[in-house]
Amino acid sequence: MRPSMALLRKDLLLERRAPEAIPAMLLFSVTTFVLFHFGLGRDTLSGQLAAGVLTVTLLFAAILGINRLFVSEQEEGGFDGVMLAPIDRTALFLAKAAALFLFLALVEVVTVAAFALLLLGPSPWPALPGLILILALLDGALALVGTLVSALAIRTRARDLIVPIVALPLLVPALIAAARGAAPLLAASGAGSIPTKWLAILALYDLVFGLLAYAVFDFLLED
Amino acid sequence: MDATPAIELRGLARRYGERWALDDVTVDVPAGATLVVFGPNGAGKSTLLRVLATLLRPHAGEARVLGSPLPDRAWDVRGRVGLLAHEALLYRDLSARENLRFHARLHRVAQARVEELLERLRLGGRADDPVRTLSKGLLQRVAVCRAVLHDPPLLLLDEPRANLDPAAAALIEPLIGRASGRTRVVTSHDPAGGLAEADYALGLRDGRVALSAPAERIEHAAIEELYR
Repeated sequence: MRPSMALLRKDLLLERRAPEAIPAMLLFSVTTFVLFHFGLGRDTLSGQLAAGVLTVTLLFAAILGINRLFVSEQEEGGFDGVMLAPIDRTALFLAKAAALFLFLALVEVVTVAAFALLLLGPSPWPALPGLILILALLDGALALVGTLVSALAIRTRARDLIVPIVALPLLVPALIAAARGAAPLLAASGAGSIPTKWLAILALYDLVFGLLAYAVFDFLLED
Repeated sequence: MDATPAIELRGLARRYGERWALDDVTVDVPAGATLVVFGPNGAGKSTLLRVLATLLRPHAGEARVLGSPLPDRAWDVRGRVGLLAHEALLYRDLSARENLRFHARLHRVAQARVEELLERLRLGGRADDPVRTLSKGLLQRVAVCRAVLHDPPLLLLDEPRANLDPAAAALIEPLIGRASGRTRVVTSHDPAGGLAEADYALGLRDGRVALSAPAERIEHAAIEELYR
């Protein structure tokens, strides 16, 4: 865990020193809510529509963060320095996935508040515990798949194209599960209980992609 | 100098796409010896260093570094080589101290070693400035600290004195020069300076070996011929 912590600490320090991913994701999310507000011509959303708008916006915002995930390594030559260290490359995967997870969680603190202010009809407070659980599982999916795809894309010239083209189809099941799971929480009639089926699907998705990433990450980093 | 080879290459080849950057390179370097690699730009010098550093896989031939065959046991080699490349391999927005502390953690080296190196290379005054604000010479000094931080037995040095003034070159000498006692592979464009520090010389042209012999048997003119 020690190399993973060193790598994670470095990524957090770099983002604090020269913020890139978090401001971009934040600005994108809030702008998208404003666009939905005017585009849909509605002041309030609820139920499935609200859940869909929230999760799709977060998914697209995450693509920005995924695109930047390995850029500091590549642009600054640090990647070779890390590759020369006697560490298991899984440590790099864990650190990058953890960094992306934390970035997404931070972005969501502001984004969900903005969503509640700009678009959400029902009060967000009763839905909050369930929503946090669903978003945490969705962030897990975005972080795992995003790190894999970002590592795949970083060695290609068309990095900015590869990330959305590969990541979005892979993330469709996670998006469906998150949106369906969140819909009852955001119902106009008040927060219902979370459908456990969708939670289980999200958790299973995270587990499968976690294992898959563990198995293939080394090969993605081979030249 | 130990007669056991630290590096054994037999017919080593590496290509980028269709172009062979290295082709049929054979050379032995005994432990503790210095191999200086000469050749014009694009001859394959940096590619050779990257293969030896395990950053690139050989596409043909055999490579054995510090007793471990590549790429099968690259894991055993990582952590025992120090690479000083054209890029500093540092994070521009972190300071020299932060960069070195980060690498010290990855290599499980005591943080005291970072302070020792900063002191030795007289970087103390600028150690907390982001490395993007450092001059090329200072950046090269930080890169030298990174390369020797974990006290590697094999140093791979790509034009190590580029951007350094004579005083700075003298400062890094005990760490990466012959006096360091490490096995070294050094690239150079300077026939006189290169041969002076070489035990063996290798000349590359278009990825192929054009010259390979103990340094004392090589004339400057033969090196200069590589660049014509």
